[in-house]
Amino acid sequence: MVKQKVVLRFPPNIVEQPTIYMLIKDFDLMVNILRADINPRKEGRLMMEISGEEANYQKAMTWLKKQGLSVMNLEQQIIWRSDRCTHCGACTVICPTAALNFERPDMVVRFEEDKCIVCELCLRACPARAMETLVDNSNFR
Amino acid sequence: MKVNRSIEDINEKIRSGKAVVFTAEEIIDVIEEKGIAETAAQVDVVTTGTFGPMCSSGVFLNVGHPQPRIKLNEAFLNGVPAYAGIAAVDLYLGATSLPPADPANRNYPGDFLYGGGHVIEDLVDGKEIRLEATSYGTDCYPRKKIDTSFYLSEINEATLYNPRNAYQNYNVAVNLGDKTIYTYMGILKPNMGNANYSSAGQLSPLFNDPLLKTIGIGTRIFLGGGTGYVAWHGTQHNPSAERAENGTPKYPAATLALIGDLKQMKPKWLRGLNFLGYGATLQVGVGIPIPILNEEIMEFCAVRDEDIFAPIVDYNRGYPQREAGNLGLINYAELKSGMINIDGKKVPTASLSSYAGAREIAATLKSWIESGEFTLTVPAAGLPSVDAGIKLNTMPQRDPEEGEE
Repeated sequence: MVKQKVVLRFPPNIVEQPTIYMLIKDFDLMVNILRADINPRKEGRLMMEISGEEANYQKAMTWLKKQGLSVMNLEQQIIWRSDRCTHCGACTVICPTAALNFERPDMVVRFEEDKCIVCELCLRACPARAMETLVDNSNFR
Repeated sequence: MKVNRSIEDINEKIRSGKAVVFTAEEIIDVIEEKGIAETAAQVDVVTTGTFGPMCSSGVFLNVGHPQPRIKLNEAFLNGVPAYAGIAAVDLYLGATSLPPADPANRNYPGDFLYGGGHVIEDLVDGKEIRLEATSYGTDCYPRKKIDTSFYLSEINEATLYNPRNAYQNYNVAVNLGDKTIYTYMGILKPNMGNANYSSAGQLSPLFNDPLLKTIGIGTRIFLGGGTGYVAWHGTQHNPSAERAENGTPKYPAATLALIGDLKQMKPKWLRGLNFLGYGATLQVGVGIPIPILNEEIMEFCAVRDEDIFAPIVDYNRGYPQREAGNLGLINYAELKSGMINIDGKKVPTASLSSYAGAREIAATLKSWIESGEFTLTVPAAGLPSVDAGIKLNTMPQRDPEEGEE
């Protein structure tokens, strides 16, 4: 079994194709969509968790890339810069999955990447700008 | 009282490397074990700390004269306006100052990515700062325009002067409305989705000397990673706020004006911040030593989070509309647990002031004192306290177009 969070980017020409349906039907994968955007130029971005048999998963990834999609693992899309974090904790009540949480009694902020769903709320909630992203948002603002 | 120490007695011990120092957090367990009298007999100094956003902060600069000379009239540091209404090449840069081109809340909620606080952090960090300024030209100051850059080490003076820091207690902010709001207390989710507070509680300087019996004008302190001094009482100083039996106020109360040489400070303890939808500010590290002159002062330093209370205030309507009242008081032990109960609803809490930072500041100040490099000062004068009869005023609002009534 494999369980992986990924970011898919769709070029405009295939944004209307039922890609996720194919993942389920042809590759027998389970998908849990975390976030989806389509920008004005019709490029699409989809963040989801995929689980299923390892072999099916690998075939599906190859198929996705053949369709012209880019696939990236979702972990490490959000970067917590510990050198900039002042450990105030303001982010911890904004993060919906408690990926950013407060360690007591040390009273320090901790970032658990595997819980992160790249909602990006922390990027603007952090007063010290300690949260950064590798996801290119320029076309999705 | 058996213990009767003077600041000079304490300094003797500091100089000989024998001073006994604890942080305001460590001292709690010591007192728990040994009691007030015995601890007071043994301990010379308790160190405190706080590291929170403090908007009323800024720096006076003297950038030196160009050739020919200029009387700065409008000045920008990295695009952020600095106040030039003082002598020719003196400036004051405030922490919340914003570039004229910043979209602010025209694109609500605004990001406020770079303001005065960020310039101050960059200055302290030794980065190149661009100075653009204009003037009207005079016989003595003929130059009308300058565009140059400088580093902190190249200018004459850089004096951090913060009109209001180290607030003795602060509101716990919630949002009773049905939409998210963006405040200087952070992002507040609707229907009391979270409660944000901003104090180091038991480590905070003014909770350990609640009646200002030792802190006064000229008290030497840790400021922004260097040494500084208490200059005056801070703006909005309100020592008359209602207090608990242990002397700590239940509402925002005393404040301090602080001063120090920016050139010896560190960017770690002067951090530019941006609050979504509110603006730019500066996170300032402050640590104040409390001399244990007698048992009474020792007892004040024994204060714990569970004995310090703050008011829960609605920032959707109550605070902005200046309506009286609050949603009750809550202690800092509960606030720091991460979850509080407001009228039966469980509300997650977050702090804007860094407790880990406060702890590190108190420990740093402790090590400075233990090593003999930091001695205490006798205040030149006390600060107005509970008996000063201070009443906090609001802004008079009258119509200047109308005649006297």
